[in-house]
Amino acid sequence: MKIGCFFPNTMATPAIRMFRRLEGVFCVYKPADVHWKLVRDTIETNLLKGVNATHPQPVPREVRFLVSSSDEPGAAKGLRVSPAAVPVLSKHPLVTGPEFQQIKVGVGHRLDTSSSGVLVLAVGNGNKTLNDLYNTRITRDYTLECEFGMATHDFSHTGRVLERSTYDHISEDKLERVTAMLEGANQKALRMYSTVDMGSQEAYEMAAKGLLGPDGKSAPILTGLRCIHFQPPKFTLEVQCLNETQKYLRKVVHEIGLELRSTAVCKGVRRTRDGLFTLQDALTRHHWSAADVMEAIYKYHSSKRNQKKILFPIRESTLETSGSRLTGTHQNKDAAAG
Amino acid sequence: MTMSTSAKLCLRWRGLLFSKTSTRLQCFQVQRCNSAASSASISSGLFLNHNLTTTHTRIKIKHQKCCYNNLTSKHLTTEAKEDKYKDLSRTDVIEYKPALSPRTDAFSVSEHVISLDLDVAEEYSALEEISDEEAAGISIPANIPPASNSLRDYVDKSETLTKLVQLGVHLWKLEQRPNVGSMLLRLDFNTDVAPRLLFLKQIGVENSRLGYIITHNPFILTADLDNLQARVNYLKSKKFSSETVASMVSRAPFLLSFSVKRLDNRLGFYQQQLKLSASNTRDIVARLPRLLCGSLEPVKENLKVCEIELGFKQNEIQHMVIAVPKVLTANKKKLTQIFDYLHNTMKVPHHLITKFPQVLNTKFLRLRERHLFLEYLEKAQYDPTLARYISLDRLVSLPDETFCTELALATLDDFYLFQKTL
Repeated sequence: MKIGCFFPNTMATPAIRMFRRLEGVFCVYKPADVHWKLVRDTIETNLLKGVNATHPQPVPREVRFLVSSSDEPGAAKGLRVSPAAVPVLSKHPLVTGPEFQQIKVGVGHRLDTSSSGVLVLAVGNGNKTLNDLYNTRITRDYTLECEFGMATHDFSHTGRVLERSTYDHISEDKLERVTAMLEGANQKALRMYSTVDMGSQEAYEMAAKGLLGPDGKSAPILTGLRCIHFQPPKFTLEVQCLNETQKYLRKVVHEIGLELRSTAVCKGVRRTRDGLFTLQDALTRHHWSAADVMEAIYKYHSSKRNQKKILFPIRESTLETSGSRLTGTHQNKDAAAG
Repeated sequence: MTMSTSAKLCLRWRGLLFSKTSTRLQCFQVQRCNSAASSASISSGLFLNHNLTTTHTRIKIKHQKCCYNNLTSKHLTTEAKEDKYKDLSRTDVIEYKPALSPRTDAFSVSEHVISLDLDVAEEYSALEEISDEEAAGISIPANIPPASNSLRDYVDKSETLTKLVQLGVHLWKLEQRPNVGSMLLRLDFNTDVAPRLLFLKQIGVENSRLGYIITHNPFILTADLDNLQARVNYLKSKKFSSETVASMVSRAPFLLSFSVKRLDNRLGFYQQQLKLSASNTRDIVARLPRLLCGSLEPVKENLKVCEIELGFKQNEIQHMVIAVPKVLTANKKKLTQIFDYLHNTMKVPHHLITKFPQVLNTKFLRLRERHLFLEYLEKAQYDPTLARYISLDRLVSLPDETFCTELALATLDDFYLFQKTL
């Protein structure tokens, strides 16, 4: 039974060769209301199906001697030993089981059940790369669909409603003021959590390059926050953040509502980018078969060869303000299509 | 030769006999014994060959010749003598008992062994010429471990297992279940397995399905033939045709393992609870024979859910069950989730759901994606009285491409892109 690691003296069967092509990092689009573990298990099952469906090795044969005593008159007296090539059943696939019974599939930054979006997965040796990726300081992009008018106990629209309020007094201008204020506070936190002395030349140089930031675990920091669509009661925010959880993002929405002297809930959290993996590379539910995953991993390997390995720097404001106001969905659809 | 070293030897041999796993056997092998020349011959026999199985055979030979004369050990030589295998497995069990004797016996055994070993060396010489019959008659014990956690070690030597593999039984799945492996080894092909396979063939089960049936229900090979016949007769008395019985047994391997009383109980339940006619009951049971195998509690719960929570009337439930019997065994949570989405979000009334019960059988994600896509394109219209009506069964049963081109009038790529915005 192979668990995706090999002893050097096994022969490279077609299944093993296919598994080698499957090792790497790729990303999928996790649907909402599905636990991330279910996604990981489904991918593992599909990969196992693909790898075990390769042409099975023929059962090795061995020569055995059948001894029979001859009773026919006139035949040579004594024993007759006849050789026969018999398949060795202990190596038959119905006795040993399929070649692969488990494949190591690892998950990067997790998404909670009600969120959707880009989820990075790694197969086999790719888990080492994933581990390094997980520990580097790269930001993630989210789109938050929000609504004014109520406050719930878990900050999402399916929770128990605690308070309702009016929102007629809120204008886009006020919202922008609040988001700018939050962004400023977060930038300050960014500098505070970095391990460099703020008064030094080193800090200035790092800040100029955009390399200031917390090392390892810290409080969640939003490096960028802006509103991309405003149509009361609904509005959409785009966030870039570090060390976050989806619950924290919903809490931010709630706090924005409070700042505006009203209340707000978050209806949907959608991750559009995790490090260098974007929506464009993400595989939807219909493309979770072994062949599609192999293609995605091939693309990842070839892109890795093409680009230089640089640490993804945190820039001050990575968002260009677009002239016309598009809905969040339309914009992402175009971005993904383009 | 000191007592302590001989005791060590015996304990080692005892350990070799008792140990269930090969790893334990190996660590006993590695132990070296610095003993006198008389025991050196024995120890050299143990340590010369690092192949685990052959040292094991040598131990067996010594034991059989010297110590355990009361056992008539029949060894496996070729496939011709395979029927004796089952005796050996029984003697394996018996073999352990004499070795459990207290230490004094072990000491005497070791002395006995040592003295006889020297005699053996005098009587037989490897260079002696013997006739062919004698050569073929030398019994070579097969290198089979007395206990193993896999059937791989026994499959080549056991006729039953070989024939089962040829039938297509997944032995790797069966050996993971406790006790099933040992049970299969103890069966004799001609007296146990063959009559039952013949019985299944007589009922009308195809050859290709025999492997599937045994993989899922290996205990059919130990069931009483009279009971099996009685159950088949009962089903035929309820006017199930022979082909129907054959197909039911092929698809639900556990069917014949249930008593006549239980089968009767279930058939009666379905007929009374759902108030179906006899022919309708026969129909749904023939299409989903699993209904007779599982417990009735989940079915009762599902019926209650349909009536109370979902609000369907009796005749609607009847109609749905006749069209899609799987509704009875569906997961309660998934059923309520799909119904909730259909009724409250998609605003589909009860009578439409009754008309298309297969919509309760689909995956929830599939339904949600397609509905949201149609809603985005402003084509989500499920009322047959209005224009541009989309029927529920086509909504869920069509494959993606046909759904996109015919119902949504969009391309497949657009559908995938839309999914990334949900």
